Amino acid sequence: MSRVNDLFGTSLQVTNIGLEIFRDTLKQQHVSTVHVGWRPPAEGNVLLAQLLDRMDTQVIEQANQLAFERINVAEPMLTGVKYAHEVLAEIDRWTVGHAGPPLVWSDMCGPLKGAVLGALVYEGLASTLAEAEAHVLSGRVKFVSNHALGAVGPMTGMITYSMPLWEVTNTTFGNVAYCTFNEGLGKVMRFGANGPEVIDRLRWMEKVLAPALQSALALSGPLSMKVIMAKALAMGDEMHQRNTGATSLFIREIMKHVVRVVSNQDQLAQIAEFITGNDQFFLNLAMASGKAIMDPVKNIPNCTVVTAMSRNGTRFGIKISALGDRWFEAPVNQPKGLYFPGYTEDDANPDIGDSAITETFGIGGFAMGSSPAVVRFVGASSIDEAIAYSKEMQEICVGLSPHYILPTMNFIGTATGIDVRKVVQSGSLPVINTGMAHKQPGIGQVGAGIVKAPYACFTQALEAFAETMDLT
Amino acid sequence: MIYNTIKSNAYFDSVTLMLFSSHLGAIDGVEEAAVMMGTDHNKELMLESGLLTPDLLTKITSNDLVIGIKAISQAVIDEALNVLQSHFENKSKSTGAQEVTLRSVEAAIKHDPGLNFAVVSIPGRFAKLEVMKCLRHNMHVLLFSDNVSLEDENELKDFALQKGLLMMGPDCGTAIINGVALGFANVVRRGGIGLVAASGTGAQEVSVLVDKLGGGISHVLGTGGRDVKASVGGKMMLMGLDALAADPQTRVIGIVSKPPYPSVLKKILAKLNTIEKPVVACFLGEDSKVFEGTQVIGCKTLESIAVKLVELEKGQAPVLDTLPKLHSLSLEGKYIRGLYTGGTLAYEAMLLLQQELGPVYANIAIDPTYQLKEVEISQHHTILDMGEDYFTDGMPHPMIDPRLRSERIKQEVADPETAVILLDCVLGYGSHPDPAGAIVKAIEAAHAAYPNRKVHYVASVCGTDADPQNGIQQRKQLMAAGVHVLPTNAQAARFAGWLLKDGITHESR
Repeated sequence: MSRVNDLFGTSLQVTNIGLEIFRDTLKQQHVSTVHVGWRPPAEGNVLLAQLLDRMDTQVIEQANQLAFERINVAEPMLTGVKYAHEVLAEIDRWTVGHAGPPLVWSDMCGPLKGAVLGALVYEGLASTLAEAEAHVLSGRVKFVSNHALGAVGPMTGMITYSMPLWEVTNTTFGNVAYCTFNEGLGKVMRFGANGPEVIDRLRWMEKVLAPALQSALALSGPLSMKVIMAKALAMGDEMHQRNTGATSLFIREIMKHVVRVVSNQDQLAQIAEFITGNDQFFLNLAMASGKAIMDPVKNIPNCTVVTAMSRNGTRFGIKISALGDRWFEAPVNQPKGLYFPGYTEDDANPDIGDSAITETFGIGGFAMGSSPAVVRFVGASSIDEAIAYSKEMQEICVGLSPHYILPTMNFIGTATGIDVRKVVQSGSLPVINTGMAHKQPGIGQVGAGIVKAPYACFTQALEAFAETMDLT
Repeated sequence: MIYNTIKSNAYFDSVTLMLFSSHLGAIDGVEEAAVMMGTDHNKELMLESGLLTPDLLTKITSNDLVIGIKAISQAVIDEALNVLQSHFENKSKSTGAQEVTLRSVEAAIKHDPGLNFAVVSIPGRFAKLEVMKCLRHNMHVLLFSDNVSLEDENELKDFALQKGLLMMGPDCGTAIINGVALGFANVVRRGGIGLVAASGTGAQEVSVLVDKLGGGISHVLGTGGRDVKASVGGKMMLMGLDALAADPQTRVIGIVSKPPYPSVLKKILAKLNTIEKPVVACFLGEDSKVFEGTQVIGCKTLESIAVKLVELEKGQAPVLDTLPKLHSLSLEGKYIRGLYTGGTLAYEAMLLLQQELGPVYANIAIDPTYQLKEVEISQHHTILDMGEDYFTDGMPHPMIDPRLRSERIKQEVADPETAVILLDCVLGYGSHPDPAGAIVKAIEAAHAAYPNRKVHYVASVCGTDADPQNGIQQRKQLMAAGVHVLPTNAQAARFAGWLLKDGITHESR
C-alpha cells in the first residue's frame, strides 16, 4: 500500500500555499488548513531561492541551534562603570567611536557630524565647533565603529576618551561589553545636538554621576540585567523605545546604594533627578546586555544567525555568525512614525544607532506585541498590529526565548536568533523600534517610529555565506 | 457504549472544558460526557464515573486532553464529536484576530507538523522549490500552477513516486479526496466510483453527472494535462490507477483525459489489464478502436462515461434526461459561438460540433487549419476556451472571474453572424459565487446595447444542488433569462448544433 492509500484513510490536514480562494473553500468544508500567504522567495530572485534550497541542511540547522542556545544561556551582569580610555584599547584622545558600520567623514549624516564635533569640544580638543571641524578635515581625528571596540552606543553613539561606560559581563562566557550612559531626552549628543548644555551635561555625567554609580555598584555587587529585562517585559516595556519599567526596576536596585556613597546632598539630588527623570535610562544597559549576549554567538562555523544589526545614519550593517566581523551593508531606511510638535518627516534623519542590538537578541521591535504602551508612540495603529509584528519575527528566527516572555501573547517567548536564510526566504525583515534625530546637526530628537532593516544586507550576507560554503 | 479519545499536548482551561462537557451531556442519547485535562485527579474522576477505559490510564499525561463519552449508539457519539469539534473551532476562532500570516512552507510545517496535503497555487517558476519542500515532508500535492517546466514536472513526479506521494499537476485544478473538494470541485455524493483525470472540468462534469445519476464518488485524482504526453509518460495517471485499484472504497474506476500519447496509452492499457475492477475510459476524441482487445470500456463523451460508471456501480443503467423537443425556432445569423470557462468542456463541445456541423474554429483546435487566426475575433463556428493562457495572463481564471467572458458575449451579440451562443456555467468550490447571475447580466447588457439582435443561448450547468452556488437556483436564473439549459455539456453542444442545422435548413429552403 502506498502513502496514497494511507491518505485515503485519514483526515486531510492541508497547507494552502498561494490563492486565498482555495483556503476559503477548505475552511468552508471545515478542513484543517494552514494558509501560507506566499510571497516569492528571495523577492522573486530564482537564483537566491535555489541557493536557499541548498542551504536547507542539518549542518546549518545545528550551528544555528548552537547559536540559539548560546543566546539562551547568556547571563548579562552589570559589573561596573569604566572610562573608555581605561578599557577600550583603540581609544585615544583623537579617536571617536560611532554607531554602525565604519564610514568616513564625508559620508556622515548631519546628526552624526554634529555629535562628532560636539564630542571633540567635550574632550577639550577644540573650543568651538568650527575648530573641531578643522581638526576633522585635517585628518587628525580617527573614526572607529563602536562594535569594533566591543561597545555600543544609541543613535550617533559617540564614545570618546573620557566618557564613562556601563560594563556588562556575560558571566557564562566571560566576555564584556560596554555602552555609554543615557543622556536623557531632548537636546542630547546622541541625537546630534552639540550646544553648551549638551557638553556641560556630559561633563557632569563624567565627573559626578559616573563616580557615584561606580561606587554604588561596588557596594551592590553585580546586578543581573536578565532578571530586570524579563520583569520589564511583563511591565509592558520592549526596552528599545519604552524602558519605563526597566528603569524603575533599576532605580530600585541602585538608588539604595547611591544614597550610601554620595555624601553631598546637592549632588545626590541631581543624580536622583537625572535618573528618575529619564524613562529611557535603562536603554543603554539593555544595549550593553545585548552586545554581551550576542558576541559569544560570533564565529560559529556554518551558522547563519545575525550577531549584530547597526546603523550609522547612512548605511545599515549586519554581521552573521559564520562570517565573524564582516559587515554587510545597504543604505538605511527612513523610519515611519510620529513626530514631536513642529516637526515632520522632512526633518527626520534616516535610521541611525547601535541600539538595534536589542532587536538582534529579541527585544525592542521583536517584543512590540507585549508593549501596548509603545504602540502609539512608534506610530503603530493597534496592539494587533504590534502583535502581528512580533509573530512575523518568529518566522525569521531560530526559536522563542525561554527567558524573555511576552505576557500579552499568551506568555510565549520573544522571537530569538535571526536566521539570515529565513529573512531572505520570506522577505520578512527585522522590525526595529527607533528614535528619530533631526537631520540637521545640533537639533536633537524629532520623533519615534518603526523601521525595517534593508533586505540587501541579508541577501549579501547570504551570498557571501554561500561562497564560503562552496554552495554557489 | 463508551468512547474515549486523547488529544496529546492540547491545553484548554478547565472552565472552558466544563462548558464543553455540559454541552455534550445535553445531546439526546448521550448518557454522560467529560472533556478534561488528563491530570491524576481528573483521570480518577472519569474512571469512577465509567467514562474512561482503565487500559488508557497509563497512556495519558497531564498535558493530554481526554474525551470520554457514554452514549446509546455510535451515531450519537459521532454527533457529540461533531459538536465538540465545532466548539474547539470556535475556541480557536476567538483568537483569530491575531492569526498570523505565515509566509513560507517551513513556517507552515512548524505551525502544524501533521500536515499531509498541500494545495499549491503560486507562479510556476517557483513551484518546484516549494513543492519539493512539501514532498520532502511527506505531503501529497495538488499543484494548480501552470508555467511549470517539463523538466520540473518530471523531477517532482519522479521524487513523489519514489516517496509514494501524489503529485497532481502542474495545471491540475480539480481533485476530491476523502470527500474533500480540492481546488475547483463540486459537492458530490460519496460512493464507489474513483476517477483519475488529466483534465479539470472533465473531472468536474463526470463527478457532477455521476451524482445526478444517483452514483457516488470515492476519490477524484488529478494528474495535470501534460501527464499523458510522451515527455511525462503518464506517471501520475499510472500511480493514481494503482491507488484506486488498491482502495477498498473504490469499486469502479473511470479515466478522463484527452487522448494519451500512443506509448503512454499502451502503458495505461497494460496497467488496466492488471486491475480487477471494472474500468471505463473517456479519452476525448480518441478512436474507440484503441480499446479493442482490452477490458476497458471506452466512452466518447463525459456524459456517456458518467452513465456507464453509474451503471457499473449500481448494477443497472441510470436514466438520463433526454434532449427537449426542438421547437421550430427562427434564427438570425449563421454560426455558433461557444464561450467556455472550462477547458475540457470547451474541448468536448468542439469535438461534438465538428461531428454535427463540420469545421469548427477554436483557440484549442486539434487541426491547425482551424486554429483561430486572431483569438479576439471569432470566425465561422467558434469555440473559445477562455481559461487558456491568452485570457488568463494577468487575469484570474474565468471560472473565478467571468468578466472577460461577459465582454465577449457582448462582442458576439454585436456580430450579425452569431446565431447561437453556447456557454458553460461551472459551479462548485473555487468557482465564482454566482456564475449564472454573471451570464444573465452579460446577456442583458449585450441586448441593451444591441436591442435589434436576436441570439439563442444554450448552456449547461456543471454543478450539483449541494454546491455552494446551488445548482437549482443557477439553472432557474438561466432559464428565466431565456437560456436553453441542457442537463449536460454534451447535450448542450448537440442541441446547439441541431438548432443551427435546423436554422440553416430553413435558410437554404
